[in-house]
Amino acid sequence: MRILLVEDDVEVARFVRKGLQEAGHTVEHAPNGRDGLFLAASEQFDMMVLDRMLPGGVDGVRLVETLRTQGNKTPVLFLSALSAVDERVKGLKAGGDDYLVKPFAFAELLARVEALGRRPASDAPATKLRVADLELDLLSRTVTRAGKRIDVQPREFRLLEHLMRHAGQVVTRTMLLEKVWDYHFDPQTNVIDVHVSRLRQKLDRGFDRPLIHTVRNAGYLIRAEP
Amino acid sequence: MRHDRVGARALPREVPARHAEALATAPPLGLLRSAGARFALIFAGTFVTAAIAFTAVLWWGTAGALDRQTDAAVRADALALSERWRDGGVSAVVEGIEDRLAADIENHAIYMLQAPDGRRVAGNLNQWPVAADAPGAWAYTTVQREGQPAEARLHDIVLEGGFRLLIGRDIDEKTRLRQLLGEGVAWSFGAAITFAIIGAWLMRGMLASRLRPAFATAASIAGGDLSHRVPLTGRHDEFDLLAATMNTMLDRIDRLMSGVRGVSDAIAHDLRTPIARARAKLEDALATAPDEAALKLAVEQGIADLDAISRVFQALLRIAEAEAGARRRAFAPFDLAPVLADAADIYGAAAEARGQVLDTRIPERLEIVGDRDLLLQAVANLLDNAVKFAPPDGHVLLAATLRPDGGAEVVVEDDGPGLAPADRARAGERFFRADAARTTPGSGLGLSLVQAVAHLHGGSLALGDAKPGRESPGLRVTLGLGPA
Repeated sequence: MRILLVEDDVEVARFVRKGLQEAGHTVEHAPNGRDGLFLAASEQFDMMVLDRMLPGGVDGVRLVETLRTQGNKTPVLFLSALSAVDERVKGLKAGGDDYLVKPFAFAELLARVEALGRRPASDAPATKLRVADLELDLLSRTVTRAGKRIDVQPREFRLLEHLMRHAGQVVTRTMLLEKVWDYHFDPQTNVIDVHVSRLRQKLDRGFDRPLIHTVRNAGYLIRAEP
Repeated sequence: MRHDRVGARALPREVPARHAEALATAPPLGLLRSAGARFALIFAGTFVTAAIAFTAVLWWGTAGALDRQTDAAVRADALALSERWRDGGVSAVVEGIEDRLAADIENHAIYMLQAPDGRRVAGNLNQWPVAADAPGAWAYTTVQREGQPAEARLHDIVLEGGFRLLIGRDIDEKTRLRQLLGEGVAWSFGAAITFAIIGAWLMRGMLASRLRPAFATAASIAGGDLSHRVPLTGRHDEFDLLAATMNTMLDRIDRLMSGVRGVSDAIAHDLRTPIARARAKLEDALATAPDEAALKLAVEQGIADLDAISRVFQALLRIAEAEAGARRRAFAPFDLAPVLADAADIYGAAAEARGQVLDTRIPERLEIVGDRDLLLQAVANLLDNAVKFAPPDGHVLLAATLRPDGGAEVVVEDDGPGLAPADRARAGERFFRADAARTTPGSGLGLSLVQAVAHLHGGSLALGDAKPGRESPGLRVTLGLGPA
């Protein structure tokens, strides 16, 4: 993916840029809002990572608002040191697609960038999701593996649906909490792990090939190959 | 470097102090810049304008009326005598004049009929006055009457055949009256101006004295002492209203300030310990790690420590936000029941994994007004504690009820060791951890947040035994939420 990074802190910018490049992305970096807006308006990007507060008169929110009024729909991930809930709401209202509070783990950033940049095309809603021999039917809300029906609870179904929609991508625990349960809070302990491992047991029981994989220090990922 | 920083920090502290000093000593404002003087000036101006208008109307109604009355009488006379001239000629006019002079007891009337050759035919004037020597003229002039000069209003009419008629009135008395009136007006006008000045001065003084307490309070606040409040006079007027509003504002600022102070205290005292620990571990690894793998492990551990610190930091911020009431902006009406069900769902799996049972007793609907994310966080903290402290085969209960007053009550019970009564009072303190809990993971901030959330929602946090009398009484936490 071609990613625009607008971040004024040199150290954070270097770290994010290096990480994204190592993950196989092309990164353009602008150190302030004005340059960022210029780049975003004149070139094509798959994804933008913006600091919420930027020097040079144009902050992240202004930048996105300007782009959105010009009809630019490039997905935007905000990075911000402002963690209050209304700050998050402000960022998303301005046209941001996701909001990550500093300090963050790079794995979290990468997972969110990839989830945003490779969002499924919304104009053709799938009715079935497939990963290897696992099939999830969104209409009848059933899960089958190799033709064998697996009973899951509604919450587990949504958890699996989210993982399968991002098959091959890492999904972090916070992302699951935000997207599957729709809460922004600190669960203190790894409660999400318990849910995932319960789901994993149901899916993998009787099969020798596990589908849900744990990515160390990051989160989970579902894919056919081990 | 260090020295520079101190200097930079000292500067902004000094500026407000100087500012406050300037306020407290209240430099004399320029007369035009003082609002009090301006109000006073406006008051005096209005007062004087009103006096002028009043006098003008009075003058027009008295002195003016006298003049108009004279002119009307002269005009009526002129009309009547002109008619007599048309009907009966000279003799009729002469007769008319004589009749009128005979009837004029007050001796105010002046007449003179003059023939074309300049001869006087009739009347009580000997000589035609110069000022009225123009056909149709109106004039004020002095005439000689019986050897005495007298002020007169005269009208000159030209009759047919070259005759001229002078009609007038002696206005000596009226002029005297007018003078008297003029003097009266001048005196009262002087009095009005004096009153205007005194009034303006009093008003300015009153304004200044009513504003002075607010001024003094603001000055001491700006000087850094937040305890001052504007005294109220109890008159419930606009100034009291202003003072009351100002006091409310100051209370709010005070609360916010103490919230900020609380957090900075907590940061100063309690974040240093984990930071120091993480630092020590990293430094130790750097100095003594035998190989790269050990070093890498230490760095990873360092990152984990930093993450834990930033989570504590985040929790502190949330508590401070809740305590300061800043998050009340995020309040909205919502149904608490599904949120509680979600919390039970999220922690149910964790309880199950430990072999515990999480029961719920949640009503179908629980409409409240509040902050959804914060309430979930509070309930999550309670459930996390309960699951942590309940024994492996224990029970955890999450129950909620709607109180008759419109508030709600969320109860979380576990059958763990419970909390000693002495520790209960301190449980809401930041970083407080009971001795028995020191070995379990946790930051000591969980219940502080719950307490802050309860207060934010106009409620309270109560701790008690879940099963009193037993060996392990368990803990029963009641989170009360006030009515919206």
